[in-house]
Amino acid sequence: MAAVAGSCETEAVVDASIPVEAAPQGQVDEVVETQRPWITIVWNDPINLMSYVTYVFMTYFHFSREKAEKLMNDVHHEGRAVVSSGTREEMERDVSAMHSYGLWATLQRDD
Amino acid sequence: MTYGFQRTATGRVVLRVDDVERGLLMSVARQVMDLVQPTEASPDQDPLAAQVGWVDGDVGISDDPAVARLLPDAYDDPDDARDFRRFTENDLRQSKMQHAMTVVEEIERSGEKVSVASTDSWLGLLNDARIAIGTRIQISEDNHEELAGLPDDDPRSGLFHVYDWLTFLQESLVRCMDPALYGFSDDDVPVAEDEE
Repeated sequence: MAAVAGSCETEAVVDASIPVEAAPQGQVDEVVETQRPWITIVWNDPINLMSYVTYVFMTYFHFSREKAEKLMNDVHHEGRAVVSSGTREEMERDVSAMHSYGLWATLQRDD
Repeated sequence: MTYGFQRTATGRVVLRVDDVERGLLMSVARQVMDLVQPTEASPDQDPLAAQVGWVDGDVGISDDPAVARLLPDAYDDPDDARDFRRFTENDLRQSKMQHAMTVVEEIERSGEKVSVASTDSWLGLLNDARIAIGTRIQISEDNHEELAGLPDDDPRSGLFHVYDWLTFLQESLVRCMDPALYGFSDDDVPVAEDEE
């Protein structure tokens, strides 16, 4: 288990009055959980046009044409692609935007 | 017959439509509006929640496959999906409504040559319409030929032809979007003559 010295999350949990060995398990897990980023996944579907998906990736994420096309091809051939990662709030914003464009997207913790 | 969207020499995007195509586009936009219309707030809903567009009570993904695809779950986890939907679904419905209404307005104020100002609304509406129809006729990666070959009296046949036409339109509009940015050469993008 990796501890990040000096991060706000660590300071909030490491309380000098609690011996390290006796730190409640739930709190330690919480620290690790907050350090795992969230990701936005776009899923393949038979309706969205390849050109449109590329256009959306370029327009919304400001990806280069090459990167947008690579991700579009991943969606098309592998069924899904991770298009962004960050905090849960950021990924919820990205997923909302994808839904507004009509792309099928979900967010989850990065495994 | 239609030319699809074209960029004029001065950079405007136009769509030439005959009466049939015009009626079809209006009807398609109105059908999308019917599907995505925000739900009415119930009388006993928390007024503050209603004001900010939150949905009270238990909201889940729609039983209608077309609506479910237009307003999909954001999470695999059903509880997270429901929470997210409660706070965001009305905004998503509003954004899709706005796309459709903008398209209707632009068609209504144009003649046979529609001047396309809000290209993002057109792309959004065309995509939503294709999702709605494509889901209804259960389009898949490999049943296009089967659907194209359906006899005329099959109810899916007409819908497929509309779907196919909307696909052509959307593809032509994507190609009109900033050719330099998108890496097309000028030769690839049809240029319509400016008549003004």
